[in-house]
Amino acid sequence: MNAPAALLTVAGLVVRYGAIAAVKGVDIHVGDGEIVGIVGPNGAGKTSLVSAIAGIVTPADGTIIFAGRPLGGGALEDVVARGIALVPEGRHIFASLTVIENLMLGATIRRDTAALRQDIERYFAMFPILGQRRRQPAGQLSGGEQQQLAIARAMLSRPRLIMLDEPSLGLAPTVVDQVYALLNALREQGITILLVEQNAERVFGLSDRVYVMSGGEFGLSGSAAEIQNDPRFDAAYFGVHMQEAANPL
Amino acid sequence: MERFVQTLVDALSVGSLYALTALGIGLIFGVMRLINFAHGELITISAYTLLALFGLPIPVMLFGAIAVAIGLALLTERAAFRPLRNADPTTLLISSFAVSFFLQKTLILVVGSRLKGLDFLPELNRHADFLGIRLQILQIVTIAISAGLLAALTWFLKATRLGLHMRAAAEDFRMARVLGVRANSVIAMAFALSGILAAAVSCLIVVQTGTVQPRMGVQLVIIAFVGTVIGGLGSLSGAALGGFLVGAASILLQALLPPDLRAFREAFVFIAVALILLFRPQGLIPARGLKERI
Repeated sequence: MNAPAALLTVAGLVVRYGAIAAVKGVDIHVGDGEIVGIVGPNGAGKTSLVSAIAGIVTPADGTIIFAGRPLGGGALEDVVARGIALVPEGRHIFASLTVIENLMLGATIRRDTAALRQDIERYFAMFPILGQRRRQPAGQLSGGEQQQLAIARAMLSRPRLIMLDEPSLGLAPTVVDQVYALLNALREQGITILLVEQNAERVFGLSDRVYVMSGGEFGLSGSAAEIQNDPRFDAAYFGVHMQEAANPL
Repeated sequence: MERFVQTLVDALSVGSLYALTALGIGLIFGVMRLINFAHGELITISAYTLLALFGLPIPVMLFGAIAVAIGLALLTERAAFRPLRNADPTTLLISSFAVSFFLQKTLILVVGSRLKGLDFLPELNRHADFLGIRLQILQIVTIAISAGLLAALTWFLKATRLGLHMRAAAEDFRMARVLGVRANSVIAMAFALSGILAAAVSCLIVVQTGTVQPRMGVQLVIIAFVGTVIGGLGSLSGAALGGFLVGAASILLQALLPPDLRAFREAFVFIAVALILLFRPQGLIPARGLKERI
Protein backbone atom coordinates (compact mmCIF):
# COMPACT_ATOMS: atom_id res chain seq x y z
CA MET A 1 0.00 0.00 0.00
CA ASN A 2 1.34 3.43 -0.92
CA ALA A 3 2.01 5.87 1.92
CA PRO A 4 -0.40 8.85 1.86
CA ALA A 5 0.92 12.11 0.43
CA ALA A 6 2.54 14.31 3.06
CA LEU A 7 0.26 16.98 4.47
CA LEU A 8 2.65 18.08 7.21
CA THR A 9 6.40 17.68 7.20
CA VAL A 10 8.52 18.96 10.05
CA ALA A 11 12.28 18.80 9.71
CA GLY A 12 14.98 19.58 12.28
CA LEU A 13 12.59 21.52 14.50
CA VAL A 14 14.15 23.17 17.53
CA VAL A 15 12.14 25.07 20.15
CA ARG A 16 14.00 26.97 22.86
CA TYR A 17 12.84 28.85 25.93
CA GLY A 18 15.92 30.91 26.70
CA ALA A 19 18.81 28.50 27.20
CA ILE A 20 16.53 25.46 27.52
CA ALA A 21 15.79 23.43 24.39
CA ALA A 22 12.31 21.92 24.74
CA VAL A 23 12.38 20.35 21.25
CA LYS A 24 15.77 19.25 19.94
CA GLY A 25 15.67 18.90 16.19
CA VAL A 26 12.73 16.57 15.54
CA ASP A 27 11.45 15.35 12.18
CA ILE A 28 7.83 14.35 11.73
CA HIS A 29 5.69 13.43 8.77
CA VAL A 30 1.89 13.34 8.71
CA GLY A 31 0.20 11.97 5.63
CA ASP A 32 -3.11 13.25 4.27
CA GLY A 33 -5.93 11.44 6.10
CA GLU A 34 -3.63 9.81 8.63
CA ILE A 35 -3.98 9.80 12.39
CA VAL A 36 -0.56 10.26 13.91
CA GLY A 37 0.03 10.05 17.65
CA ILE A 38 2.82 11.58 19.67
CA VAL A 39 3.18 9.99 23.09
CA GLY A 40 5.53 10.87 25.87
CA PRO A 41 5.65 11.81 29.52
CA ASN A 42 5.03 15.24 30.99
CA GLY A 43 7.81 17.63 29.93
CA ALA A 44 8.77 15.60 26.84
CA GLY A 45 8.31 18.62 24.56
CA LYS A 46 5.05 17.49 22.94
CA THR A 47 3.15 20.71 23.64
CA SER A 48 6.11 22.80 22.48
CA LEU A 49 6.11 20.85 19.22
CA VAL A 50 2.41 21.41 18.47
CA SER A 51 2.69 25.01 19.67
CA ALA A 52 5.43 25.57 17.09
CA ILE A 53 3.31 24.02 14.33
CA ALA A 54 0.32 26.13 15.41
CA GLY A 55 2.45 29.30 15.33
CA ILE A 56 2.17 29.99 19.06
CA VAL A 57 5.91 29.71 19.62
CA THR A 58 8.59 30.59 17.10
CA PRO A 59 11.01 27.75 16.38
CA ALA A 60 14.72 28.45 16.88
CA ASP A 61 15.51 26.24 13.91
CA GLY A 62 13.97 23.83 11.43
CA THR A 63 11.25 23.93 8.81
CA ILE A 64 7.52 23.20 8.83
CA ILE A 65 5.93 22.47 5.47
CA PHE A 66 2.14 22.25 5.35
CA ALA A 67 0.28 21.32 2.16
CA GLY A 68 3.41 21.97 0.15
CA ARG A 69 4.11 25.46 1.50
CA PRO A 70 6.25 26.56 4.46
CA LEU A 71 4.57 27.67 7.66
CA GLY A 72 5.99 30.28 9.98
CA GLY A 73 7.01 33.88 9.70
CA GLY A 74 3.40 35.08 9.43
CA ALA A 75 0.95 36.14 12.11
CA LEU A 76 -0.37 33.57 14.55
CA GLU A 77 -3.90 34.10 13.23
CA ASP A 78 -2.85 33.10 9.69
CA VAL A 79 -2.19 29.46 10.63
CA VAL A 80 -5.88 28.55 10.95
CA ALA A 81 -6.51 30.04 7.51
CA ARG A 82 -3.93 27.63 6.12
CA GLY A 83 -6.08 24.72 7.37
CA ILE A 84 -4.61 23.86 10.78
CA ALA A 85 -6.82 23.82 13.87
CA LEU A 86 -5.65 23.31 17.44
CA VAL A 87 -7.47 21.85 20.42
CA PRO A 88 -5.03 22.97 23.11
CA GLU A 89 -4.16 21.33 26.37
CA GLY A 90 -6.64 22.55 28.99
CA ARG A 91 -9.19 23.20 26.20
CA HIS A 92 -9.04 27.02 26.51
CA ILE A 93 -12.73 27.50 25.89
CA PHE A 94 -13.97 31.05 26.53
CA ALA A 95 -15.68 30.56 29.87
CA SER A 96 -17.64 33.82 29.91
CA LEU A 97 -18.96 33.38 26.36
CA THR A 98 -21.89 31.16 25.50
CA VAL A 99 -21.52 27.78 23.83
CA ILE A 100 -22.72 29.15 20.50
CA GLU A 101 -20.38 32.15 20.75
CA ASN A 102 -17.46 29.77 21.30
CA LEU A 103 -18.51 27.87 18.19
CA MET A 104 -18.82 31.10 16.19
CA LEU A 105 -15.25 31.93 17.18
CA GLY A 106 -14.15 28.61 15.74
CA ALA A 107 -15.52 29.79 12.43
CA THR A 108 -13.78 33.18 12.53
CA ILE A 109 -12.16 32.68 9.13
CA ARG A 110 -15.39 31.62 7.44
CA ARG A 111 -17.77 33.94 5.60
CA ASP A 112 -20.32 31.34 4.41
CA THR A 113 -22.98 32.18 6.99
CA ALA A 114 -25.66 29.77 5.76
CA ALA A 115 -23.31 26.78 5.57
CA LEU A 116 -21.89 27.72 8.95
CA ARG A 117 -25.35 27.60 10.55
CA GLN A 118 -25.86 24.13 9.08
CA ASP A 119 -22.48 23.00 10.38
CA ILE A 120 -23.27 24.30 13.87
CA GLU A 121 -26.60 22.47 13.85
CA ARG A 122 -24.75 19.33 12.70
CA TYR A 123 -22.44 19.57 15.70
CA PHE A 124 -25.41 20.15 17.99
CA ALA A 125 -26.88 16.93 16.61
CA MET A 126 -23.56 15.17 17.22
CA PHE A 127 -23.23 16.65 20.74
CA PRO A 128 -26.83 17.10 21.98
CA ILE A 129 -25.71 18.52 25.33
CA LEU A 130 -24.05 21.45 23.53
CA GLY A 131 -27.26 22.08 21.63
CA GLN A 132 -29.30 22.04 24.82
CA ARG A 133 -26.92 24.45 26.52
CA ARG A 134 -26.15 26.66 23.51
CA ARG A 135 -27.08 29.91 25.31
CA GLN A 136 -25.26 29.09 28.55
CA PRO A 137 -21.77 30.34 29.40
CA ALA A 138 -19.27 27.68 28.37
CA GLY A 139 -17.66 27.90 31.81
CA GLN A 140 -20.72 26.12 33.20
CA LEU A 141 -20.07 22.97 31.12
CA SER A 142 -18.41 19.90 32.62
CA GLY A 143 -14.85 18.99 31.58
CA GLY A 144 -16.04 16.43 29.03
CA GLU A 145 -18.59 18.83 27.56
CA GLN A 146 -15.93 21.50 27.31
CA GLN A 147 -13.70 19.05 25.43
CA GLN A 148 -16.54 18.32 23.01
CA LEU A 149 -16.98 22.06 22.57
CA ALA A 150 -13.25 22.60 21.98
CA ILE A 151 -13.21 19.87 19.29
CA ALA A 152 -16.37 21.15 17.60
CA ARG A 153 -14.97 24.70 17.73
CA ALA A 154 -11.76 23.55 16.04
CA MET A 155 -13.69 21.59 13.39
CA LEU A 156 -15.79 24.63 12.45
CA SER A 157 -12.81 26.21 10.72
CA ARG A 158 -13.00 23.22 8.33
CA PRO A 159 -9.37 22.31 8.88
CA ARG A 160 -7.31 19.89 6.83
CA LEU A 161 -5.32 19.03 9.97
CA ILE A 162 -6.59 19.06 13.54
CA MET A 163 -4.06 18.87 16.36
CA LEU A 164 -5.27 17.73 19.77
CA ASP A 165 -3.03 18.29 22.77
CA GLU A 166 -3.85 15.96 25.69
CA PRO A 167 -7.58 15.62 24.91
CA SER A 168 -8.06 13.08 27.72
CA LEU A 169 -6.25 15.04 30.43
CA GLY A 170 -8.34 15.50 33.57
CA LEU A 171 -11.36 13.62 32.20
CA ALA A 172 -13.11 10.61 33.70
CA PRO A 173 -12.49 7.33 31.80
CA THR A 174 -16.07 7.17 30.48
CA VAL A 175 -15.74 10.72 29.18
CA VAL A 176 -12.40 9.83 27.57
CA ASP A 177 -14.22 6.97 25.81
CA GLN A 178 -16.68 9.51 24.39
CA VAL A 179 -13.89 11.82 23.24
CA TYR A 180 -12.08 8.98 21.48
CA ALA A 181 -15.32 7.78 19.89
CA LEU A 182 -15.62 11.28 18.49
CA LEU A 183 -12.07 11.19 17.15
CA ASN A 184 -12.92 7.88 15.49
CA ALA A 185 -15.88 9.59 13.85
CA LEU A 186 -13.54 12.32 12.57
CA ARG A 187 -11.29 9.64 11.11
CA GLU A 188 -14.23 8.35 9.11
CA GLN A 189 -14.70 11.86 7.71
CA GLY A 190 -11.12 11.71 6.41
CA ILE A 191 -9.77 14.41 8.74
CA THR A 192 -6.03 14.30 9.33
CA ILE A 193 -5.30 14.21 13.04
CA LEU A 194 -2.13 14.85 15.03
CA LEU A 195 -2.82 13.56 18.51
CA VAL A 196 -0.59 14.33 21.48
CA GLU A 197 -1.10 12.30 24.63
CA GLN A 198 0.58 10.98 27.74
CA ASN A 199 -1.92 8.13 27.66
CA ALA A 200 -0.16 5.82 25.18
CA GLU A 201 -2.77 3.03 25.28
CA ARG A 202 -5.45 5.38 23.99
CA VAL A 203 -3.21 6.59 21.19
CA PHE A 204 -2.31 3.06 20.09
CA GLY A 205 -6.00 2.25 19.75
CA LEU A 206 -6.66 5.14 17.39
CA SER A 207 -3.48 6.06 15.51
CA ASP A 208 -2.04 4.78 12.25
CA ARG A 209 1.47 5.75 13.28
CA VAL A 210 3.05 6.80 16.56
CA TYR A 211 6.09 8.82 17.59
CA VAL A 212 7.47 8.37 21.11
CA MET A 213 8.90 11.59 22.50
CA SER A 214 11.06 12.15 25.53
CA GLY A 215 13.48 14.91 26.51
CA GLY A 216 12.64 16.91 23.39
CA GLU A 217 13.52 14.07 20.98
CA PHE A 218 11.80 11.16 19.26
CA GLY A 219 13.03 7.83 20.61
CA LEU A 220 10.88 5.54 18.46
CA SER A 221 8.51 5.85 15.58
CA GLY A 222 6.49 3.42 13.52
CA SER A 223 3.03 1.97 13.11
CA ALA A 224 0.93 1.83 16.24
CA ALA A 225 1.13 -1.99 16.30
CA GLU A 226 4.92 -1.96 15.93
CA ILE A 227 5.45 0.58 18.70
CA GLN A 228 2.99 -1.11 21.03
CA ASN A 229 4.88 -4.40 20.75
CA ASP A 230 8.37 -2.91 20.70
CA PRO A 231 10.34 -3.96 23.82
CA ARG A 232 12.18 -0.62 23.69
CA PHE A 233 8.93 1.34 24.14
CA ASP A 234 9.16 1.82 27.91
CA ALA A 235 12.76 2.99 27.67
CA ALA A 236 11.91 5.42 24.85
CA TYR A 237 8.83 6.74 26.68
CA PHE A 238 10.67 7.36 29.91
CA GLY A 239 13.72 8.81 28.18
CA VAL A 240 16.32 6.17 28.90
CA HIS A 241 18.97 6.40 26.21
CA MET A 242 18.33 3.73 23.59
CA GLN A 243 21.82 2.25 23.80
CA GLU A 244 21.67 2.07 27.56
CA ALA A 245 18.33 0.33 27.25
CA ALA A 246 19.74 -2.18 24.80
CA ASN A 247 22.95 -2.74 26.84
CA PRO A 248 22.08 -2.13 30.47
CA LEU A 249 25.44 -3.35 31.75
CA MET B 1 -37.37 66.25 48.59
CA GLU B 2 -36.34 68.50 45.68
CA ARG B 3 -32.83 68.85 47.13
CA PHE B 4 -32.55 65.08 47.57
CA VAL B 5 -33.55 64.45 43.93
CA GLN B 6 -31.18 67.18 42.73
CA THR B 7 -28.29 65.58 44.63
CA LEU B 8 -29.22 62.17 43.28
CA VAL B 9 -29.34 63.43 39.68
CA ASP B 10 -26.03 65.22 40.24
CA ALA B 11 -24.48 61.98 41.54
CA LEU B 12 -25.90 60.04 38.57
CA SER B 13 -24.55 62.62 36.15
CA VAL B 14 -21.02 62.77 37.59
CA GLY B 15 -20.99 59.01 38.07
CA SER B 16 -21.93 58.57 34.41
CA LEU B 17 -19.00 60.71 33.28
CA TYR B 18 -16.57 58.64 35.34
CA ALA B 19 -18.22 55.44 34.12
CA LEU B 20 -17.57 56.48 30.49
CA THR B 21 -13.97 57.38 31.30
CA ALA B 22 -13.40 54.13 33.20
CA LEU B 23 -14.93 52.19 30.32
CA GLY B 24 -12.47 53.80 27.91
CA ILE B 25 -9.61 52.64 30.13
CA GLY B 26 -11.20 49.22 30.67
CA LEU B 27 -11.62 48.57 26.93
CA ILE B 28 -7.90 48.97 26.31
CA PHE B 29 -6.94 47.01 29.42
CA GLY B 30 -9.23 44.19 28.33
CA VAL B 31 -7.47 43.52 25.05
CA MET B 32 -3.92 44.72 25.78
CA ARG B 33 -3.44 44.57 29.57
CA LEU B 34 -2.39 48.20 29.16
CA ILE B 35 -3.49 50.83 31.67
CA ASN B 36 -3.66 53.71 29.24
CA PHE B 37 -3.07 56.91 31.18
CA ALA B 38 -2.84 58.71 27.83
CA HIS B 39 -6.65 58.36 27.74
CA GLY B 40 -6.68 61.66 29.67
CA GLU B 41 -4.96 63.39 26.77
CA LEU B 42 -7.59 62.10 24.36
CA ILE B 43 -10.15 63.95 26.50
CA THR B 44 -8.00 67.08 26.68
CA ILE B 45 -7.11 67.26 22.97
CA SER B 46 -10.69 66.57 22.03
CA ALA B 47 -11.65 69.62 24.14
CA TYR B 48 -9.02 71.76 22.42
CA THR B 49 -10.43 70.61 19.08
CA LEU B 50 -13.78 72.06 20.16
CA LEU B 51 -11.95 75.29 20.98
CA ALA B 52 -10.20 75.32 17.60
CA LEU B 53 -13.47 74.73 15.75
CA PHE B 54 -15.49 77.17 17.86
CA GLY B 55 -17.80 79.24 15.68
CA LEU B 56 -18.46 76.47 13.19
CA PRO B 57 -21.81 74.64 13.26
CA ILE B 58 -22.23 72.46 16.37
CA PRO B 59 -22.36 69.14 14.41
CA VAL B 60 -19.03 70.06 12.76
CA MET B 61 -17.48 70.79 16.16
CA LEU B 62 -18.76 67.49 17.58
CA PHE B 63 -17.67 65.51 14.55
CA GLY B 64 -14.24 67.17 14.69
CA ALA B 65 -13.79 66.40 18.40
CA ILE B 66 -14.76 62.74 17.89
CA ALA B 67 -12.62 62.34 14.75
CA VAL B 68 -9.54 63.84 16.44
CA ALA B 69 -9.97 61.64 19.52
CA ILE B 70 -10.32 58.49 17.38
CA GLY B 71 -7.40 59.50 15.15
CA LEU B 72 -5.17 60.27 18.13
CA ALA B 73 -6.12 57.01 19.87
CA LEU B 74 -5.26 55.02 16.74
CA LEU B 75 -2.03 56.97 16.27
CA THR B 76 -0.85 56.29 19.83
CA GLU B 77 -1.66 52.60 19.39
CA ARG B 78 0.23 52.37 16.10
CA ALA B 79 3.23 54.49 17.04
CA ALA B 80 3.71 53.85 20.75
CA PHE B 81 1.92 50.72 21.90
CA ARG B 82 2.01 48.30 18.96
CA PRO B 83 5.82 48.02 18.98
CA LEU B 84 5.59 47.15 22.69
CA ARG B 85 2.71 44.69 22.40
CA ASN B 86 4.78 41.77 23.66
CA ALA B 87 6.39 43.78 26.45
CA ASP B 88 5.62 43.18 30.10
CA PRO B 89 2.82 45.21 31.77
CA THR B 90 5.29 47.48 33.59
CA THR B 91 6.89 48.56 30.30
CA LEU B 92 3.44 49.18 28.83
CA LEU B 93 2.45 51.23 31.88
CA ILE B 94 5.59 53.36 31.66
CA SER B 95 5.05 53.87 27.94
CA SER B 96 1.50 55.06 28.60
CA PHE B 97 2.87 57.63 31.07
CA ALA B 98 5.44 58.66 28.45
CA VAL B 99 2.74 59.12 25.80
CA SER B 100 0.60 61.04 28.27
CA PHE B 101 3.44 63.41 29.24
CA PHE B 102 4.52 63.83 25.61
CA LEU B 103 1.03 64.82 24.48
CA GLN B 104 0.46 67.07 27.47
CA LYS B 105 3.76 68.94 27.11
CA THR B 106 3.35 69.24 23.34
CA LEU B 107 -0.08 70.73 23.90
CA ILE B 108 1.34 73.24 26.39
CA LEU B 109 4.05 74.12 23.86
CA VAL B 110 1.46 74.76 21.17
CA VAL B 111 -1.43 76.40 23.06
CA GLY B 112 0.09 77.44 26.40
CA SER B 113 -0.77 76.26 29.88
CA ARG B 114 -3.38 78.90 30.71
CA LEU B 115 -7.00 77.98 31.18
CA LYS B 116 -9.16 79.16 28.26
CA GLY B 117 -12.88 79.87 28.25
CA LEU B 118 -15.12 78.03 25.80
CA ASP B 119 -18.82 78.83 25.78
CA PHE B 120 -19.95 75.57 24.17
CA LEU B 121 -23.67 74.81 24.19
CA PRO B 122 -24.38 77.23 27.10
CA GLU B 123 -28.11 76.57 26.83
CA LEU B 124 -27.52 73.15 28.39
CA ASN B 125 -26.46 74.85 31.63
CA ARG B 126 -29.94 76.26 32.11
CA HIS B 127 -32.41 74.71 34.52
CA ALA B 128 -35.77 73.27 33.65
CA ASP B 129 -38.66 71.68 35.50
CA PHE B 130 -38.79 67.88 35.32
CA LEU B 131 -41.89 66.47 37.03
CA GLY B 132 -42.03 69.54 39.21
CA ILE B 133 -38.38 69.39 40.22
CA ARG B 134 -35.90 71.94 38.96
CA LEU B 135 -32.88 70.28 37.38
CA GLN B 136 -29.98 71.35 35.20
CA ILE B 137 -30.59 70.27 31.58
CA LEU B 138 -26.92 69.27 31.22
CA GLN B 139 -27.24 66.69 33.98
CA ILE B 140 -30.15 65.01 32.23
CA VAL B 141 -28.30 65.18 28.89
CA THR B 142 -25.16 63.70 30.51
CA ILE B 143 -27.13 60.79 31.97
CA ALA B 144 -28.97 60.22 28.68
CA ILE B 145 -25.80 60.32 26.56
CA SER B 146 -23.97 58.01 28.97
CA ALA B 147 -26.85 55.55 29.01
CA GLY B 148 -27.05 55.71 25.21
CA LEU B 149 -23.32 55.10 24.79
CA LEU B 150 -23.36 52.24 27.30
CA ALA B 151 -26.31 50.66 25.46
CA ALA B 152 -24.61 51.12 22.07
CA LEU B 153 -21.35 49.66 23.34
CA THR B 154 -23.20 46.72 24.89
CA TRP B 155 -25.00 46.12 21.59
CA PHE B 156 -21.75 46.33 19.66
CA LEU B 157 -19.97 43.87 21.95
CA LYS B 158 -22.90 41.43 22.12
CA ALA B 159 -24.35 41.57 18.62
CA THR B 160 -21.49 42.08 16.19
CA ARG B 161 -18.73 39.80 14.97
CA LEU B 162 -16.00 42.27 15.94
CA GLY B 163 -17.60 42.70 19.36
CA LEU B 164 -17.47 38.93 19.87
CA HIS B 165 -13.82 38.96 18.83
CA MET B 166 -13.12 41.74 21.34
CA ARG B 167 -14.78 39.83 24.17
CA ALA B 168 -12.87 36.68 23.27
CA ALA B 169 -9.59 38.60 23.07
CA ALA B 170 -10.26 40.18 26.45
CA GLU B 171 -10.63 36.72 27.97
CA ASP B 172 -7.85 34.77 26.22
CA PHE B 173 -6.10 36.72 23.51
CA ARG B 174 -3.77 33.92 22.43
CA MET B 175 -6.57 31.39 21.94
CA ALA B 176 -8.60 34.00 20.07
CA ARG B 177 -5.66 34.50 17.69
CA VAL B 178 -5.22 30.74 17.27
CA LEU B 179 -8.84 30.71 16.06
CA GLY B 180 -8.10 33.45 13.53
CA VAL B 181 -9.13 36.61 15.40
CA ARG B 182 -7.00 39.46 13.99
CA ALA B 183 -5.07 41.06 16.86
CA ASN B 184 -4.54 44.33 14.99
CA SER B 185 -8.25 44.75 14.17
CA VAL B 186 -9.40 44.01 17.71
CA ILE B 187 -6.88 46.34 19.34
CA ALA B 188 -7.47 49.13 16.82
CA MET B 189 -11.23 48.88 17.42
CA ALA B 190 -10.71 49.06 21.19
CA PHE B 191 -8.64 52.22 20.77
CA ALA B 192 -11.18 53.74 18.36
CA LEU B 193 -14.01 53.04 20.82
CA SER B 194 -11.98 54.53 23.68
CA GLY B 195 -11.51 57.61 21.48
CA ILE B 196 -15.29 57.94 21.01
CA LEU B 197 -15.85 57.62 24.76
CA ALA B 198 -13.11 60.18 25.47
CA ALA B 199 -14.66 62.65 23.01
CA ALA B 200 -18.09 62.24 24.61
CA VAL B 201 -16.67 62.89 28.08
CA SER B 202 -14.69 65.83 26.75
CA CYS B 203 -17.73 67.53 25.19
CA LEU B 204 -19.80 67.08 28.35
CA ILE B 205 -17.00 68.39 30.61
CA VAL B 206 -16.47 71.42 28.38
CA VAL B 207 -20.19 72.25 28.49
CA GLN B 208 -20.16 71.82 32.27
CA THR B 209 -17.04 73.87 33.06
CA GLY B 210 -16.96 76.26 30.11
CA THR B 211 -13.18 76.03 30.07
CA VAL B 212 -10.33 73.98 28.60
CA GLN B 213 -6.86 73.50 30.06
CA PRO B 214 -4.01 71.07 29.29
CA ARG B 215 -4.42 68.94 32.43
CA MET B 216 -8.20 68.63 32.35
CA GLY B 217 -8.15 64.92 31.41
CA VAL B 218 -5.53 63.79 33.89
CA GLN B 219 -7.57 64.15 37.08
CA LEU B 220 -10.55 62.44 35.47
CA VAL B 221 -8.45 59.50 34.33
CA ILE B 222 -6.81 58.98 37.72
CA ILE B 223 -10.17 58.80 39.47
CA ALA B 224 -11.65 56.68 36.68
CA PHE B 225 -8.68 54.31 36.90
CA VAL B 226 -9.47 53.82 40.59
CA GLY B 227 -12.98 53.00 39.41
CA THR B 228 -11.73 50.33 36.99
CA VAL B 229 -9.68 48.76 39.78
CA ILE B 230 -12.56 48.53 42.26
CA GLY B 231 -14.89 47.40 39.47
CA GLY B 232 -12.48 44.62 38.46
CA LEU B 233 -9.61 45.10 36.02
CA GLY B 234 -10.41 43.41 32.73
CA SER B 235 -14.17 43.49 33.30
CA LEU B 236 -16.03 46.08 31.22
CA SER B 237 -19.17 46.00 33.32
CA GLY B 238 -16.91 46.25 36.38
CA ALA B 239 -15.16 49.31 34.93
CA ALA B 240 -18.46 51.05 34.23
CA LEU B 241 -19.81 50.21 37.70
CA GLY B 242 -16.58 51.14 39.49
CA GLY B 243 -16.25 54.43 37.64
CA PHE B 244 -19.88 55.25 38.34
CA LEU B 245 -19.59 54.42 42.04
CA VAL B 246 -16.47 56.53 42.56
CA GLY B 247 -18.01 59.54 40.80
CA ALA B 248 -21.39 59.18 42.47
CA ALA B 249 -19.86 58.59 45.91
CA SER B 250 -17.83 61.75 45.67
CA ILE B 251 -20.98 63.83 44.96
CA LEU B 252 -23.05 62.11 47.63
CA LEU B 253 -20.31 62.64 50.22
CA GLN B 254 -20.12 66.30 49.26
CA ALA B 255 -23.84 66.59 49.99
CA LEU B 256 -24.03 64.37 53.06
CA LEU B 257 -20.84 65.13 54.99
CA PRO B 258 -20.91 67.86 57.65
CA PRO B 259 -19.43 71.10 56.22
CA ASP B 260 -16.21 70.73 58.27
CA LEU B 261 -15.46 67.36 56.72
CA ARG B 262 -16.33 68.15 53.09
CA ALA B 263 -12.73 69.13 52.31
CA PHE B 264 -11.79 65.51 53.05
CA ARG B 265 -14.38 63.85 50.83
CA GLU B 266 -11.67 62.31 48.59
CA ALA B 267 -10.16 60.71 51.69
CA PHE B 268 -13.53 59.10 52.47
CA VAL B 269 -13.88 57.89 48.88
CA PHE B 270 -10.44 56.27 49.00
CA ILE B 271 -11.18 54.69 52.41
CA ALA B 272 -14.21 53.09 50.75
CA VAL B 273 -12.02 52.00 47.82
CA ALA B 274 -9.50 50.44 50.23
CA LEU B 275 -12.29 48.58 52.04
CA ILE B 276 -13.73 47.26 48.78
CA LEU B 277 -10.30 46.00 47.69
CA LEU B 278 -9.71 44.47 51.12
CA PHE B 279 -12.85 42.36 50.87
CA ARG B 280 -12.94 41.91 47.08
CA PRO B 281 -9.36 42.15 45.81
CA GLN B 282 -10.45 41.09 42.31
CA GLY B 283 -12.97 43.94 42.21
CA LEU B 284 -16.75 44.10 42.39
CA ILE B 285 -17.28 42.26 39.09
CA PRO B 286 -14.11 40.21 38.51
CA ALA B 287 -13.17 39.39 34.93
CA ARG B 288 -14.11 35.78 34.23
CA GLY B 289 -11.49 33.47 32.81
CA LEU B 290 -8.93 36.25 32.37
CA LYS B 291 -5.79 34.76 30.79
CA GLU B 292 -2.35 36.18 30.17
CA ARG B 293 -2.15 38.25 27.02
CA ILE B 294 0.22 37.31 24.18
